[in-house]
Amino acid sequence: MVLQHINVKLLLDHSGQIDFEPLVPVFHAWIQEQGRDELLLDVADYRHVHAGPGVILIGLEANYSVDNSGNRPGVRYNRKAAFDGSNQDRLKQAAAAALKVCRRLESDPRLNSKFRFNGREIEISINDRLLAPNTAQTRDAIQPELSPFLDRLFSGAGFDLSYDESRRNLFSVLVKSHGTFSAEELMKNL
Amino acid sequence: MKTSNPLWREQLIRKMPETLAREVDIFEAEISLKKMGKLDDRLFAETRLRRGVYGQRYDNGERHDGKKAQQMAYPRRDLTKGPNTLWDAPGMQRIKIPGGGLNAAQLETLADLAEEYSDGIAHVTTRQDIQLHYIHIEDTPALMRRLAAVGITTREACGNSVRNVTTCPYAGVCQDEAFDVTPYSKALARFLLGHPDVQEFGRKFKPAFSGCNQHACALANMHDLGLVGVTRTENGEEKRGFAMYVGGGLGAVPYQAKLFDPFFPPEELLPLAQAIARVYAQLGEKKNRNRARIKFLIQDLGIEKFRELVLEERKTLEPDPRWTEYIQEALQVEEKPLKAAEKLQATGSDAFQRWLKTNIRPQRQEGYVVATVTLPIGDATSHQLRALADIARCFANESIRTTVEQNFVIRWVSESDLPELYAALEAVGLGAPGAGGIVDIVSCPGTDTCKLGISSSRGLAAELRRRLAERSFQLDEAVQNLHIKISGCFNSCGQHHVADLGFYGVSRKMSGYAVPHFQVVLGGEWENNGGTYGVPVVAVPSKNIPEVVTRLTDSYVAGRRSGETFQQFVKRTGKVALKKLLEDLTRPPVDQRDRSFFRDWGDPREYTLGDMGVGECAGEVVSTIDFDLAAAERQLFEAQVAFENGEVEQAGKTAYQSMLRAAQALVRTEFPRVTNEPDQIVGEFRTRFYDTKNFFDPFVGGKFAQYLFAAHEKAGAPYTADSVRYLIGEAHLFIEASHNYSNRAGASVLV
Ligand code: SF4
Repeated sequence: MVLQHINVKLLLDHSGQIDFEPLVPVFHAWIQEQGRDELLLDVADYRHVHAGPGVILIGLEANYSVDNSGNRPGVRYNRKAAFDGSNQDRLKQAAAAALKVCRRLESDPRLNSKFRFNGREIEISINDRLLAPNTAQTRDAIQPELSPFLDRLFSGAGFDLSYDESRRNLFSVLVKSHGTFSAEELMKNL
Repeated sequence: MKTSNPLWREQLIRKMPETLAREVDIFEAEISLKKMGKLDDRLFAETRLRRGVYGQRYDNGERHDGKKAQQMAYPRRDLTKGPNTLWDAPGMQRIKIPGGGLNAAQLETLADLAEEYSDGIAHVTTRQDIQLHYIHIEDTPALMRRLAAVGITTREACGNSVRNVTTCPYAGVCQDEAFDVTPYSKALARFLLGHPDVQEFGRKFKPAFSGCNQHACALANMHDLGLVGVTRTENGEEKRGFAMYVGGGLGAVPYQAKLFDPFFPPEELLPLAQAIARVYAQLGEKKNRNRARIKFLIQDLGIEKFRELVLEERKTLEPDPRWTEYIQEALQVEEKPLKAAEKLQATGSDAFQRWLKTNIRPQRQEGYVVATVTLPIGDATSHQLRALADIARCFANESIRTTVEQNFVIRWVSESDLPELYAALEAVGLGAPGAGGIVDIVSCPGTDTCKLGISSSRGLAAELRRRLAERSFQLDEAVQNLHIKISGCFNSCGQHHVADLGFYGVSRKMSGYAVPHFQVVLGGEWENNGGTYGVPVVAVPSKNIPEVVTRLTDSYVAGRRSGETFQQFVKRTGKVALKKLLEDLTRPPVDQRDRSFFRDWGDPREYTLGDMGVGECAGEVVSTIDFDLAAAERQLFEAQVAFENGEVEQAGKTAYQSMLRAAQALVRTEFPRVTNEPDQIVGEFRTRFYDTKNFFDPFVGGKFAQYLFAAHEKAGAPYTADSVRYLIGEAHLFIEASHNYSNRAGASVLV
């Protein structure tokens, strides 16, 4: 099975309600600073929507967001363009991109450390129902790709997987690590 | 671009109706040809528009990031999908939903498409369509195939074609309707889709069906073709028929549709529509887009002549079995409920009671109700759409429709199911009360995604909604029921003309900066099928609009006479007093260190209409123009007041004078000795600003200048109430365009 359009969502620490408003100027500033490696296009603000996609930094090849789907805020990387390489390469690329943006948000002084990875939970999904329908077969096919990747990511700390089993939803798995890691540590493990 | 795109055709080939499958194949081939350089840019642009594949803001490859205009480094800058539109720039996909009717499988497909190709949001438009944003053109064939597999086509969703046929979402269940117009609207939509007689229009053509004259559920009076169901008793037998209206439209200058026929039988519905299409295709303007809508043809010909031509054309049509084959069935069509009607027993929480009060409407079928699902500024998530699909299956026999107020309605709900339905909606954040009231604000996409947006209509709508929702149930009941509608520019996709409080985006200079503003439009009427259009009162900086709403509503509550509607209050108070009430809000703050006042809602970038700057030299030049333009605006205001007082002739003359004054202001920047002689002003304006195209709007070209020329040509002829109403609207736009020119000119001096 070829894994493309991988989404990685790093769930955030959120004891109370998170105000997404400060993200809007931060994402706009990132467009102003536009790096060479990818093209950032616009900011889409869906704060008014219940449990929605939050605030999205729209890019050409991928979107970055602090997403509130399922009422669980998290930093999401949504890979839109195909990515060359093996499945392990693609998992690594998506995870690295999510972790990188998460660290950037964690360290941005304008955000007062309000957006912090909770250290344990990552949701991985495949945003393409034809490549990866949400079925038991897909789960069986993906598991052998996920396990070595997650072993490496959590440096052998162990993890639990829980799958979203609704046929209608995207293939999606919530990974809960047995240990606690910072985004930086996970980045190093990749 | 999705990796799975090439696989969908094979996957769905047996699920797609053959004609729809073929259409998508053709479009895919056209995409390939364009990539090979074998299709002309303009031709491809119209081709994709006719598939609903629309442009989106910044698709010319340039975006002002708040500091500078950035060239966006798209990989294929030499490949375009139309003039000035880069291939790789994301765009919008409009999906036609005839009559707004959706079943559960269609809702689920829309949810999947929003998630996989867009940003997880499906947006309901003011014409009952669904729009998805940030779509790559190469994903569109797969997206269209997935729609085709559930019976939806995007064909003719945009472009110079017959757009979505909108229909009252209560058709078939409304207590006030003459009869259910749904089967007729479906028949018309089917008949006109891809019909050879509708392929040669100069502009778009929008039909709408209503079941009655008094409610604005489908706004038949403001459409190119408005059809209102009526009945008539002949020989003791009740006969169905339609009243037909033509040539209505909001747009820059609103036009009330003209009555074409007060009653004709259903057998004539499709042939008459076909004859109208032919006359429009033959005689409608083709070259000048700004006068190409059918309303201009009807205005130029007069309704009598237009009617005569249509009836002549009708006689020449070859009979078509489709004209009548649906009619017998239409008489029998009746939606079936899922459950038996039972009375509501439970009382429920306060929140439930509030929702009942505002979001529930009894059907004409005893024991059943229609529930409105309010969407904040028309947006729903994929997760919510799936929940709605479940709800439609569980409570309503899949009878769900979009509305022109950017909501959903769920029909055929048994009253006893309401507590359960409310809980199901609440669970996914769709149980908000206030349907059709002041919190349920309608907004076009504005500067978020629309290329023509001037101010952030959605940003303002979200802000007003947040503020009003917090205190909605403390608001006076008369205020709770007011309508707010917002457009990002004069084009009025947000239908600001038919709101109690309407706003449309404009820009003004303040302290040398372009500042986002909204023109405040008051006294429009939503009821009576959008019976009265509001009139612009004053332009106010965006950041002061919430205070405008507070002041106007407070003043209404304090000064309202018993039973007085907001329109009556506006009329009685008069625009002079209303303008005075808002006057101080038009000024910039004394302390300008806080730059947020100069930015738009939800957008932290320094505001710009294009290039923007500040400097002493330009400041002087601009301030002279601004001074003159302010005088023109004052004059126009006087024209409005005169019009309101019934002084039609005076109003017409003054509106024309205001245009001359604005034109003179511009001419004076190049030719300081210009006199007050109208011929000289208009002549100089034409040579210096029109022939050179300097005055041209980037999107509508010379449209606004043509308003001046037309007004000048007609000066001296007697004015009528209708002509003055249009003239005032056109004068507004001409002065706006003069402001925009002044902004552009000021900036270019500075760069
Ligand atoms: S009203 Fe203007 S800004 Fe709004 S959608 Fe229409 S054209 Fe765009």
